[in-house]
Amino acid sequence: MPPFDATVVERLKNAGAIIVGKTNMDEFGMGTTCEYSFIGPTKNPHDLTRVAGGSSGGSAATVASGELPISLGSDTGGSIRCPASFCGCIGLKPTYGAVSRYGLVAYANSLEQIGPLSNTISDLALVFDVIAGWDRRDSTTVNVQMNIKERIENVMERRKITLGIPKELSIPDDRIQKTLWSVIHSFEESGVDYREVSLPHIDYSLPSYYIIAMSEASSNLARFDGMRYGLRTEDTVWYETFSSVRGMGFGEEVKRRIVLGTFALSKGYQDRYYLKALKVRTVVKMEFERVLNEVDAIITPTMPCQAFKIGEIKDPLTMYLADVFTVPVNLAGLPSLSLPAPVRGLPIGVQLIGRPFSEGELMGIAMRGGWQ
Amino acid sequence: MNENVKIGLEIHVQLNKLKSKMFCGCSTDYHDAPPNTHVCPVCLGLPGSLPTINKKAVEYALKVALALNCEVETRTHFYRKNYFYPDLPKNFQISQYDFPIGSNGYVEIEGDNGAKVVRIKRVHMEEDPGRLVHIGTIDRSRYTLVDYNRSGMALLEIVTEPDMGSPKEARSFLAKLRSILEYLDVFDGDKEGAMRIDANISIEGNERAEVKNISSHKGVEKALQYEIIRQRNILRRGGRIVRETRHFDEERNITISMRLKEEEEDYRYFPEPDLPPFSVVDWVPVIRETIPELPDEKRDRFISQYGISEALAKALTSDHKIADLFEDVASEFEPKLVAGWVADVLKGELNYRGLSLDVFPPSYMKEILKMLVSDEITDRGAVIVIRKVLDEGLTPQEVIEREGLRKAGESELETVVRDVLKNNTKAVEDYRAGKKEALNFLVGQVIRNTKGRADPKLARKMIEEMIENLA
Repeated sequence: MPPFDATVVERLKNAGAIIVGKTNMDEFGMGTTCEYSFIGPTKNPHDLTRVAGGSSGGSAATVASGELPISLGSDTGGSIRCPASFCGCIGLKPTYGAVSRYGLVAYANSLEQIGPLSNTISDLALVFDVIAGWDRRDSTTVNVQMNIKERIENVMERRKITLGIPKELSIPDDRIQKTLWSVIHSFEESGVDYREVSLPHIDYSLPSYYIIAMSEASSNLARFDGMRYGLRTEDTVWYETFSSVRGMGFGEEVKRRIVLGTFALSKGYQDRYYLKALKVRTVVKMEFERVLNEVDAIITPTMPCQAFKIGEIKDPLTMYLADVFTVPVNLAGLPSLSLPAPVRGLPIGVQLIGRPFSEGELMGIAMRGGWQ
Repeated sequence: MNENVKIGLEIHVQLNKLKSKMFCGCSTDYHDAPPNTHVCPVCLGLPGSLPTINKKAVEYALKVALALNCEVETRTHFYRKNYFYPDLPKNFQISQYDFPIGSNGYVEIEGDNGAKVVRIKRVHMEEDPGRLVHIGTIDRSRYTLVDYNRSGMALLEIVTEPDMGSPKEARSFLAKLRSILEYLDVFDGDKEGAMRIDANISIEGNERAEVKNISSHKGVEKALQYEIIRQRNILRRGGRIVRETRHFDEERNITISMRLKEEEEDYRYFPEPDLPPFSVVDWVPVIRETIPELPDEKRDRFISQYGISEALAKALTSDHKIADLFEDVASEFEPKLVAGWVADVLKGELNYRGLSLDVFPPSYMKEILKMLVSDEITDRGAVIVIRKVLDEGLTPQEVIEREGLRKAGESELETVVRDVLKNNTKAVEDYRAGKKEALNFLVGQVIRNTKGRADPKLARKMIEEMIENLA
C-alpha cells in the first residue's frame, strides 16, 4: 500500500468523488492487451473470449460494462485509448503537462499522462476539469486555464471546423477503414469538414517511441530492488539479492523492456538508438504542429484492429505494431480523445488528435459528431 | 626524481547551509537525528514520487560557480546517472552531465613557487545518496544498515584540471576552496561529511590513479604523498602504472587498490525527464550582487587599509569569521596590535583546540585588549584569559577575578619587593657586589610571589630603587 495519494486522487477526493478501488492493468503499464498482469487478463465485456486492451484494461472494462461511470487510466503509448477502443467507451489522453503525474508509478515519464475514461463526454469533462492543472509536486505540469465548458460551447457554435486525415495512414482492416469513413461522413452532416494532410515521418514513430519508453523504463524500474519495499528474497551480498529480487519479481514483458532500454542507453549505442529516437521525436512533433495549424484536429482509427482473442498475440512485435496510431500522439505530447464508433458488435474506436491543451475543443467536436 | 607530478581533484561539497534538501522539502538538520527520520517519498525514491528543484540550492550553486570564475550555461539541465548501489534509493542519481551550471573557472592559490592558478573544469549539482552504516568495521560487520537522512542533500561536484604539482598544493587549493565556500555562506565545513574528495594523481607520461572518498584535507595530502612514493617505486623498478581506483586507509596512511579502471564505467546518462531544462542566465546579475568580498580581495584590503603584514593579513582572512572579528575589534583599537592578538594568539589557541570562533565573541577580545592597553593585565595574563575562556567557557572578567590576574598595584608591589629583598639578602649583596644576574633572580621572585601579576619592568625599577635607598 502506498503511503500517499496521487495528486489526481487527492483532487478527486476533495471534489467529493468516491474512490471505489483499483483495476487491473498490464504490469507497470507495459502491454497492449492487459494480459501481462500478475492476476491474469481482464476480459472484454462485449466478448469474454477477447482482451479488454491495455494497459488500462480494467479501467475501460469497468466503465464499458456500466459498473462505474468513470475511471482513470494512464496512457504512455495508447494505454487509455486502446482499451477504450476495444471495450467501446470514451478515453482521453491529455496534453503532456495537463495532468499531474505525482503518484503515478513511472513507466516512461516523458510520454505518459493520467486521463479519464467514461461513457459520456459530460462525465469526461467533469472529471478532467478536476484533475487537470498545475501541481507544484510535478515540475512538468503547465499552468494553463483549461476552460473546458467554455471551449466546448465555443466549438458547438463555430461554423467551420476541419478535420485532417493523414494520407500516410495505412489501415489493414476493412471494417476499420469503413468505420472511419462512416464517422467522417456523419461529421460532415453536422458541418465538420475534412481534408487530407501529410505527416511524412509518422512511420518512424513506433520504433522511436519504443526506444524512448524502454530507455526511461529501464531507469525508472531500477528502484525495485527489494531493499525498501516489495518482494524480498534471501539475503546474500547486495548485488545478488538485487538480481534475484528483480529476476523473480518482474514479469517477462517488463524484463524484456528493461533489457532493451538498458541496451539503448549504453555507451556506443546511445547515439544510434536513444539520441536518434529523440531526433525523430522532434521531427514528428514539428510535423504535427504544422498540420494542426491547418486543421482543428486530426482523425484516425484508435487501433488498427479490434480486440484480440485472449492468448492470440504470441510475439511482442505484433503487439507493439498494434500501437501504430496511438504512439505518435505521446511522442508529440498532444491530447487525443478516443471515441466509440457507432457499430454493432465488437467496438471500434476513432481518435481525435488536437493542439496542445485543446481537450475542450476535442470534446466539443465529439459532441458535434453526436457523442453526448 | 624530478618528474612532474600532476594532481587533479573532484570535490563533493554539501550545500549544508540550505534548510531543505535538493529535490524535496525534508530538513537538512539531520546530524543528531535518529536514522531515517528526515525522509519523505521523494528522497526515499518511492514509486510515484517526483523530484522538484530547490530554487535556493540552484542559487547557491550559481553563487559558487560565479565565485570560482566559471562561465554559466545559458540552459542547464539535470541528468540521470544510472548505477545500482544500496545507498541510492532510486538506483540512479539525479546529477548533471552536459550543461552543468558552471564550467571553465579558476581559483588562485598559494603554490610551491608563489601564486598559482588552478583551473576549474566544471561545477555541477547533484543529490547525495544515503549513508551506509556498519556495526564495527566494514570487514567485520555481518550486515550493512542504510540511513537515508542524508539522501537527497544538495551536493556540488567541483572538478579541477590536473593543475596541482604537489600534495601541498592540493591541500592549499582545498583550504582556499573551503575558505571561499564559507565566505559565500553556503557551506559549513565543520559538519560531518560536508566535503568529500577524490584525488587523481599521475607522474607525467604515465597512467593516473584515483584515490576515492577522502574526508579531510590532511587525508588528501597524506594519500597523495603515499601515492607519489608508490608510483615512483613502481617506475624505478621498471614497472607500469595501471589506471585504477584506490581507497585511502586513514588509519594506516596508505592507499589500497579497489578496482582496475581500464575503461570508464557506463552510467547511461540521459536527461532527467521529470525536471525540464531551465535557464539561470537572468539570475546571474542578481546572484553576483550577493557575492561578498572574497578572501584574496579582503587580504589585499587589510594590507593597505590597516598597514599589517601580508602574513598577518592572510592569517586573518582565511576564515571569514576571524576576519569579521578583527575588523570589529580594529575599529576600536590599534589595528596592528589587534592583528597580532587575533591572528597569532586567538587563532592559534582555537586551532589547537579544534574550536570555531563561535565561542569567542568580539566583545571578549575588546575587554581583554582594553585591560591590556590600560596596563591592568600583563601580556601573559591576557594569554591565560584567552585559554581559560576557551577551555572553561568563562567570561574574561570571570577568569581575571578567579585567577587573580589583575596586575599588582604599586603599593602591593612595594610590599612584595620589600619581602623579597628581606628574604634574599644573599642576592641583594651579590647585586651590590656588581653581579647583575642577581637582579634577574630578584625580579623572578617578585613575579613568582605575585603569581605573574607583577609587571616585570616596574618590579625591576622598584628593586633597584629600594636597594639604593637601603644603602
